[in-house]
Amino acid sequence: MIEIRNVYKSFGSTEVLKDVSLTVPPSRTTVVIGPSGSGKSTLLRCCNCLEIADRGEIRINHRTIIADGKPLPDKELNALRAETGMVFQSFNLFPHMTTVENVMRAPVVVRRMAKAEARELAMELLRKVGLGDKADVYPSTLSGGQKQRAAIARALAMKPKVMLFDEPTSALDPELVGEVLQVMKTLAEEGMTMMVVTHEMGFAREVADTVVVMADGRIVESGPPEQIFTNPTQERTRGFLRALVDGHLAGARPQPPADDPLEALPGNH
Amino acid sequence: MTLDFAPVWGGLPELLKGTVVTIEVTAAAFLLSAVLGLLVGIIRLNPARRVLYGIASAYVAFIRGTPLLVQLFLLFFGLPQFGILLPAWLCGVIGLGIYSGSYVSEVVRGAIQSIDRGQMEAARSLGMSYREAMWEVVLPQAFRRMLPPLGNETIALIKNSALVSLLTIDDVMREGQRIISTSFRALEVYIAVALIYFILTNAATWILRQLEKRMTVERG
Repeated sequence: MIEIRNVYKSFGSTEVLKDVSLTVPPSRTTVVIGPSGSGKSTLLRCCNCLEIADRGEIRINHRTIIADGKPLPDKELNALRAETGMVFQSFNLFPHMTTVENVMRAPVVVRRMAKAEARELAMELLRKVGLGDKADVYPSTLSGGQKQRAAIARALAMKPKVMLFDEPTSALDPELVGEVLQVMKTLAEEGMTMMVVTHEMGFAREVADTVVVMADGRIVESGPPEQIFTNPTQERTRGFLRALVDGHLAGARPQPPADDPLEALPGNH
Repeated sequence: MTLDFAPVWGGLPELLKGTVVTIEVTAAAFLLSAVLGLLVGIIRLNPARRVLYGIASAYVAFIRGTPLLVQLFLLFFGLPQFGILLPAWLCGVIGLGIYSGSYVSEVVRGAIQSIDRGQMEAARSLGMSYREAMWEVVLPQAFRRMLPPLGNETIALIKNSALVSLLTIDDVMREGQRIISTSFRALEVYIAVALIYFILTNAATWILRQLEKRMTVERG
């Protein structure tokens, strides 16, 4: 469970998060959407103290990891991070280790697990994400989708109680997105507590228990996906969803030729 | 004018003995510079630790900004004024090691900073401490990138070691000068000494290149 209370965050003079409060209930999937620059990734990274929130409080499983700009002391923070899985947009696999070593290294180093046991755990997780046959190759030989599934297995090896996903499919070729989302869906169905920042509206609609819309560093609206996608109450949400649809349509079908090329541009953008 | 290499052949045992001393001094200085360079390089990554950072930066600035010969003389002729009398070979090793270490620290810092920030983040997000993440994830990758510039530093170290002959250390340079003082065959003997340094520097380069190759293969 993640509780975010009145969090503020600035980079220099740019205020990225302005009084954000949000609860990610246990065994539920909360998807955060919103235009780029809305602060959603920063919010997620604050939950792991990869970014230090300037004000406010964040609690994970009822333990305060940061309050008023002061994170937990390093040792306790490490222990809490070990229980909070993080998946990055750019995978961040360790290129000098094979796939299975990537997955087993943290349990060995952090949990002092015996190597044989860690390898067994890693193999089990790799099979779970469909990479049992890729255990002994280096990440550079994997496709993007395989890399991200390996990264998910690596996070799961620490037996996290909470998973954070930071745009996990944004760096993938379109045909590889599905296999990663499928793994995430399975996790959600198993009752993992998940906070997902994504642009995949299909995933949000299908898997999310709650959809949170962010814009300009604030939470604009949140609710079950049916409500957000079919009956949003806020103009910002409507604008964002409309922009997405326009983007899809513009890519899907050719625009009718216009006498004045400027008229072909969608209005209001 | 004729070249007469007879004194070189006659003095070969001494030259080889001196070569061994050169190798020993250089190898010890290399180890010192590696340890020092690693520590200082890592300390200089983080200006937030002000005192350590300040000391490390002052070290790099002072050592890189003054001649090696002056530093060696400070150790050898200067320290005795404080009652600290180190043997010549130790002055040579410490002087060379400290000097080379300042350059190695910049190599280390540059290599670490060239590793994608996401690597450290991923390691920390798995619960590793800063030290564990550095040791397990960042340094092994940075080490590969250190090797080429480290080759340059090693070559410089071997050549700079000729200066320790001025501290009465019987390295290959000093043995050569000794032969010249009795044979007066400066050209021939210095050619031989230069050749020995040439072989040493190229052997070191070759070893480092093999290491580099092996690490590239390992990564697959």
